[in-house]
Amino acid sequence: MEKILFLAYTQEDGLLPSAALEALSAALSLKSVLGSAELVVGLVGGAVQSAADQIAGCGASRVLGVTGPEFAVSRYSTDAVAAAAICKVAGATLVIAPGTSRWQRVLPGVAQRLGGVADTHLTQVEGADGSLKVTRWYYRQRMEGVIQRQQRPWFLLVDPGSQPAYAKPGATAVVEPVAVELSPAQMRTDFKGCRGAGQDVQTIRPEAKLLFVAGAGWTKKQADGQPHVKDAEGLILNFLKASRASLGSSKSLVDLGGEGEAVLSFLTHLNQIGQTGSTPRHAKGLSTCCHGEEPHAVGWRFINERRAINLDANCGWARGKADVLYVADAFAVVSKLNALLTAG
Amino acid sequence: MAALMSISFQIVVCGSIVPDPLQTLEPVTTPAGPGLKNEMMLPAVLDPWASHSLYEAANLAKQHPGSKVWLVSLGPKAKLQQVMMTVAQKAAFELVAVDGSASGFSDSAQTAAALAEAIQGIPGLDKSRLLVFGGWESASRGAGVTMQMVGERLGIQDQFQGVDQIKVEADGSFEVMERVEGGQHQLSRCAGAPALLGWATGNLPEPKNNPQIGMMNMRTVAPALQKAKPFKPASNDLTFNSISLPKQVRETKIVKDKSADEIARELLEWIQQ
Ligand SMILES: Cc1cc2nc3c(=O)[nH]c(=O)nc-3n(C[C@H](O)[C@H](O)[C@H](O)COP(=O)(O)OP(=O)(O)OC[C@H]3O[C@@H](n4cnc5c(N)ncnc54)[C@H](O)[C@@H]3O)c2cc1C
Repeated sequence: MEKILFLAYTQEDGLLPSAALEALSAALSLKSVLGSAELVVGLVGGAVQSAADQIAGCGASRVLGVTGPEFAVSRYSTDAVAAAAICKVAGATLVIAPGTSRWQRVLPGVAQRLGGVADTHLTQVEGADGSLKVTRWYYRQRMEGVIQRQQRPWFLLVDPGSQPAYAKPGATAVVEPVAVELSPAQMRTDFKGCRGAGQDVQTIRPEAKLLFVAGAGWTKKQADGQPHVKDAEGLILNFLKASRASLGSSKSLVDLGGEGEAVLSFLTHLNQIGQTGSTPRHAKGLSTCCHGEEPHAVGWRFINERRAINLDANCGWARGKADVLYVADAFAVVSKLNALLTAG
Repeated sequence: MAALMSISFQIVVCGSIVPDPLQTLEPVTTPAGPGLKNEMMLPAVLDPWASHSLYEAANLAKQHPGSKVWLVSLGPKAKLQQVMMTVAQKAAFELVAVDGSASGFSDSAQTAAALAEAIQGIPGLDKSRLLVFGGWESASRGAGVTMQMVGERLGIQDQFQGVDQIKVEADGSFEVMERVEGGQHQLSRCAGAPALLGWATGNLPEPKNNPQIGMMNMRTVAPALQKAKPFKPASNDLTFNSISLPKQVRETKIVKDKSADEIARELLEWIQQ
């Protein structure tokens, strides 16, 4: 019989991040298809009671917690000790967890520590005839695989944004504390906080409905033989302000900065979409001045509706990568669009 | 400054080869499991995030005289040799090659075992100065799992992923910037080596080819390839039910003769839907 451990950490407010609530949904659907499986909840954090209460209705047989100031922050050494201790006490054979940066950093190592295996970026977890199959992408979202494993414990990290979030009403839960001891060797790293990568403007908005992608065309010579980088900057920033879209970029555009050319000052490599960038999830995406080459377009795998503005009717977007390609000057279109957005 | 100079590292970069991202990839079934159509014919490159980590390693080694960089690479020998012709011109390193599959469909746990063994086999490795580098994800398996497992096998408890920057202080401690959610970086300070860093893009441009470095490296590349140990996975726990290409190719509507005004109105409606 499988023993499913849903493993999460608490945020600063003591609650679970939405990615964790999604992973819990996956754990619950797995429990229902695997029939006799037992579900245990494991929580790590400065304090975990509020989070335990938040999901008290999930039907877990036990709630295990590792708490303390050392566990309030995201750090490999302490997270590994906490996660491994909970897995052992739970006797987990399957560990389902959100694929956030914190868990993605540490849980594969914990799997190794416990003699187990780990798979990440899962988009689907399903069971049939009492056995478990998971779906994930290979070669940077170019192909999709369905896999099975015999080895346990098997750590399953669910891709944020791929599942519905658990939303049953809360109640009061009883948390069983799991005691862990930390040695000085586990306290060699200090957490110093988080900060935005962009210069002054926060341009990456994972919750936005729309992804706006800027390509290198914004910095290229235009019809008058001149580049108009300052205009491009103004148009893009105004668009982001009026639409609340998230800003993505092509590699060519962000790389220009490293080569000393004039680029949009608020862009960093974190904005880059594609093969060596990110693969964000948004309902819609609008590409501007970007050619839509394959290494870029693989980052659009989880963008549902796609439109592009490009001067070139034969650009990559025309070949089945966008729903609509507007063959037009993005400077002119975005300027009009901004006027409409601010007027409305 | 004197103290800074006295700190030196042994930097081991784990990086394999992947098909050139500009190639079209198609899955096929082989007797050994899933693979890529014409896999051995596809032009290959050093895995992009791992190559960023190699450039960062070379840069760090340059700043700290007495440091040394190794590149530990598990891949088919013949392909490794081809890729090394270019990679060897970019940064100074000593190659440690393991001859085996670089397929994205191989198991990360098995790969990690082979890499850790290769690292432990490096003569004179001093763990108190060891930094293990690699990409935070491969462009093949794309899992972000292997490096952590290598770190565990080497007993390294200070690990960082999605790293864009390392800043070493005079006492050998360092500050690391890791990518986290929402376009943010997490800042941590680590007391010093040993540590493991899985790199994202970092801050360095791709180094220009330097034939001199190339010549120096090639002296160790050929012997390393010659003595590359064959890698056979110990078990095959991982089974594939299917590998498929996404079916959906969109029917792109190409709109050619609308004015900027009309397009803007259409886009506004679409955005607000
Ligand atoms: C190892 C590797 C990894 C890579 N990873 C990535 C990745 O992660 N992400 C990525 O994006 N790329 C990646 N690439 C690069 C990719 O192959 C392309 O080179 C890149 O995406 C091109 O960027 P671009 O479309 O912005 O620029 P360009 O190819 O220069 O295209 C500019 C476009 O702007 C259009 N344009 C110009 N002016 C206007 C205007 N006024 N209005 C409308 N359109 C205009 C032009 O018609 C043109 O189509 C990778 C390549 C390699 C080899």
